[in-house]
Amino acid sequence: MNEQWLGLITGICFGALLQQGRVLRFEKQVGAMLLQDMTIMKFMMSAILVGMVGIHLAVALGLAQLSPKATQIGANLVGGILFGLGWAVMGFCPGTSIGAVAEGRWHALFAVAGMLAGAALYAEAYPYLEKNLLAVGGLGKLTLPGVLDVNAWAVIPVLGLAFILVFVFFEKKEL
Amino acid sequence: MKKRVNLRPYIAGALVGVLATLSVIASTQVLGKTQFLGASTTFVRGAGFIEQSVNPEHVKANLYFIKEKVKIDWQFMLIVGIFIGALGAALIDGSFKFEAVPPVWRERFGDSVVRRAVGAFAGGIVAMFGARMADGCPSGHGLSGLMQLSLSGFIALACFFGAGVLMAALVYRGKRGVR
Repeated sequence: MNEQWLGLITGICFGALLQQGRVLRFEKQVGAMLLQDMTIMKFMMSAILVGMVGIHLAVALGLAQLSPKATQIGANLVGGILFGLGWAVMGFCPGTSIGAVAEGRWHALFAVAGMLAGAALYAEAYPYLEKNLLAVGGLGKLTLPGVLDVNAWAVIPVLGLAFILVFVFFEKKEL
Repeated sequence: MKKRVNLRPYIAGALVGVLATLSVIASTQVLGKTQFLGASTTFVRGAGFIEQSVNPEHVKANLYFIKEKVKIDWQFMLIVGIFIGALGAALIDGSFKFEAVPPVWRERFGDSVVRRAVGAFAGGIVAMFGARMADGCPSGHGLSGLMQLSLSGFIALACFFGAGVLMAALVYRGKRGVR
């Protein structure tokens, strides 16, 4: 039962922060894709900036392990592009759709229903995909520092600085 | 004419970074299994539960449902929590609002709830099919992937956003003043 309780408590905090960051909204998601309102990028990049430092510190202290998803070039590219195409029309991503319904934007219920249908369809397609597309460009659980053959702490400050410069750009352009 | 910088997305985002770190530590220490924020696998389990109520044999035999396991796990409860947390926060600060058709959509496609429903449903099918193929969504690949400096996260997030920008230009083109 600990597993479920921990998930629930983490989710409540996550949901409240998503809501307070105002990223649950259709206009913020589509606004980013129209390159007019970068709220969701500011939110995501701030989370990544703090989280990458925090998680790598936790790993260095032996408090946690990394668990990167495997790189499958074919599936990451094709799946990623399909996601983007659907995302623009739907106006929500999987996590934010649930939060959007909670905020009263009940049209997100249709997005949730569509995503359940999409997951069901994928389950039917999986046995076929597994034998071909999913096997293309399978490189295993790679990380950027691993590929560059450097320490993670050499990558973190560079990426962090790049993110901060992007923030400055966003604010200059009032995006 | 300089506008004050709106710190809201930065602060809420940074706190998600703190939450992700605490969550990774807590799950490792308490459960012995490190859990990273994610969302899309739960839709597979949700679909599995629905199908199970109609045809349990089919779910039992499907390779993908066997691989992902149809159960109420950490991430499933995370999603339940997102609903509760977002609802609570929206009620407390008064930003809860019933909305059937978002303004940006209305400008382009009009008031029809049916049209918005079809768009959301169809977009949802394509997006989730893609997310499962890519093995993650903007939470799992975007947030958790990039926090771990995972190569798959960088590739997936670039594709999500690149294709999203292209599709948004095609679908909503000619509309101004999105806020």
